[in-house]
Amino acid sequence: MTMSEQELRLDGNAAAGLLQEVFVHEVTSVRGACARCGAVGEMGAQHLYMTPLSPGAVLRCTSCDSLLIVAVRTGGRLRVGLQGLVWIELPDEGAAS
Amino acid sequence: MVGTALQRRLIWRTAEVVDLVDETPRVRSLVLAVPGWPGHQAGQHVDVRLTADDGYQTQRSYSIASPQSTDERLTLTIERLDDGEVSPYLARELHAGDQLELRGPIGGYFVWAPALGGPLLLIAGGSGSCPLMAMLRLRQAAGSTVPARLLYSSRSLDEVIYRSELARLVAAGSGLEVMLTLTRAQPPGWTGLHRRIDTEMLQSVAWSPAERPWIFICGPTPLVETAASALVDLGHEPARIKTERFGPTGG
Amino acid sequence: MSFVSRGFKGRSRDKPRDARVPPGQYVVHDFPVLSAGPTPQPSLDTWTFSIEGEVDETKRWTWAEMRALPSETVTRDIHCVTKWSKLDTTWEGVSVDTLLAGVETAADYVMAFCDGGYTTNLPLEDLTGGKAWIAFAFDGEPLESQHGGPARLLVPHLYFWKSAKWVRGLRLMNEDSPGFWETYGYHMYGDPWLEQRYSGD
Ligand SMILES: Cc1cc2nc3c(=O)[nH]c(=O)nc-3n(C[C@H](O)[C@H](O)[C@H](O)COP(=O)(O)OP(=O)(O)OC[C@H]3O[C@@H](n4cnc5c(N)ncnc54)[C@H](O)[C@@H]3O)c2cc1C
Ligand SMILES: [Zn+2]
Repeated sequence: MTMSEQELRLDGNAAAGLLQEVFVHEVTSVRGACARCGAVGEMGAQHLYMTPLSPGAVLRCTSCDSLLIVAVRTGGRLRVGLQGLVWIELPDEGAAS
Repeated sequence: MVGTALQRRLIWRTAEVVDLVDETPRVRSLVLAVPGWPGHQAGQHVDVRLTADDGYQTQRSYSIASPQSTDERLTLTIERLDDGEVSPYLARELHAGDQLELRGPIGGYFVWAPALGGPLLLIAGGSGSCPLMAMLRLRQAAGSTVPARLLYSSRSLDEVIYRSELARLVAAGSGLEVMLTLTRAQPPGWTGLHRRIDTEMLQSVAWSPAERPWIFICGPTPLVETAASALVDLGHEPARIKTERFGPTGG
Repeated sequence: MSFVSRGFKGRSRDKPRDARVPPGQYVVHDFPVLSAGPTPQPSLDTWTFSIEGEVDETKRWTWAEMRALPSETVTRDIHCVTKWSKLDTTWEGVSVDTLLAGVETAADYVMAFCDGGYTTNLPLEDLTGGKAWIAFAFDGEPLESQHGGPARLLVPHLYFWKSAKWVRGLRLMNEDSPGFWETYGYHMYGDPWLEQRYSGD
């Protein structure tokens, strides 16, 4: 197979390990809203650009390709950009049960 | 709801290889003992980290092929890519007694449990059958009779992973059907499917959109993208189609 | 790191024998693809290249105009921040000097911008004096899209993320400002010989 006819694209789910370094919660199963087009979807269903060689993970909206989450390893630090999300919705641990 | 269970912080664990099973000429399963393993859901994966003696490290994801259990064990099934960096090591170099670093279980999106119901449509290409096998094994172990169909694309019959186990699961009569499509070589007298997955094939295999199947598609990125967009075109709800792209593997 | 995976060597990483290989790099023979988004497939009929921003007048070339400019064939080593280097890569392209000829500007910095939204920042002086090209061929063949075709910026003396794939123009700026990876912590300049990988290095 040649690399030219395909994308090195994965599902957001494949970044679940990396994202769990950032969030206490498992976030690939939660919903979020794209700041550019408003599409709402589970983070695990978004497009992920991440290869074993890449500097980090780039999660893009499946509807408009806009950036949702960027997480980059920079020599001992992990810089996380969340500008592409209006919100994400996590299970509320503080809620009375 | 499946998958929203809170999880503890991920840590790297040291697993021990306790058994190796040759599934096909290019595919080997590793049975791992992982002290303290908290258990997992069908469809989750682990990240495996390898370290060379000069400190060089690299990491890959592998789906868990075994269903939930309480014995602190799990099975990974690895397809060897000869020009790959990690899979030849895992599928050829490792032997029983070796140690392996991994973290998990990971992911809450590409998971199925009997409570989610069905019908359950599973579409696999090559080693993409691994997480789907965890779902079928769980379905069987839990005594679930949710109707399930697996459409499995493989280059040849010899390369079909879990072939005899799939035959046994079908024979158990719990409402599982398995359709193979053999894309490169077919045994003499083969009357089954023998082309790459396409819209027409999916139309004949999938339930109608009105029956609202849960659909899980897994394998090399091009196969996953073809199948997912064909199913959307056939009228299936995107929110009920879950995908797991393995990247540029196999094919 | 105390754990060692028995018998694991990893992808063949040639130890640099060569004074040509910057510190911390190893030599590869394939050409790894790194991507942060879908591969753009622009039509050459509508493709343009612009020089804009702090200039008296925006300059713009169509694909045909760009290809009609004098081009050069250069052989250079390239160094990726992810630690691979590839030696003696041969490119064909138009020197940025050719494009900047006649452009009046007081700007000191440039933002290269691309199809797909990628950007990277560089000092203007690193693009002039025969140090940078708009490359459209690699190894004698049209540049493949996964490597940045139809055209990418080639600035081989800096880490390769500065050699923006799918480049569509240069925006001249009076002040330096971070591009895509720079925003997420990569070095503003990126000299491989000084191992300027991350901000603060
Ligand atoms: C969530 C998830 C679950 C997975 N589960 C399984 C599983 O259960 N079983 C399984 O066998 N696999 C699984 N995979 C795939 C697995 O993670 C590895 O990708 C696979 O084993 C190949 O790794 P490798 O190191 O052998 O090959 P690599 O060295 O990573 O190379 C893979 C192929 O791609 C090419 N390639 C890779 N990167 C580049 C690049 N940057 N530029 C150009 N070419 C490139 C290589 O030449 C090679 O042909 C899974 C992947 C994901 C994301
Ligand atoms: Zn969007």
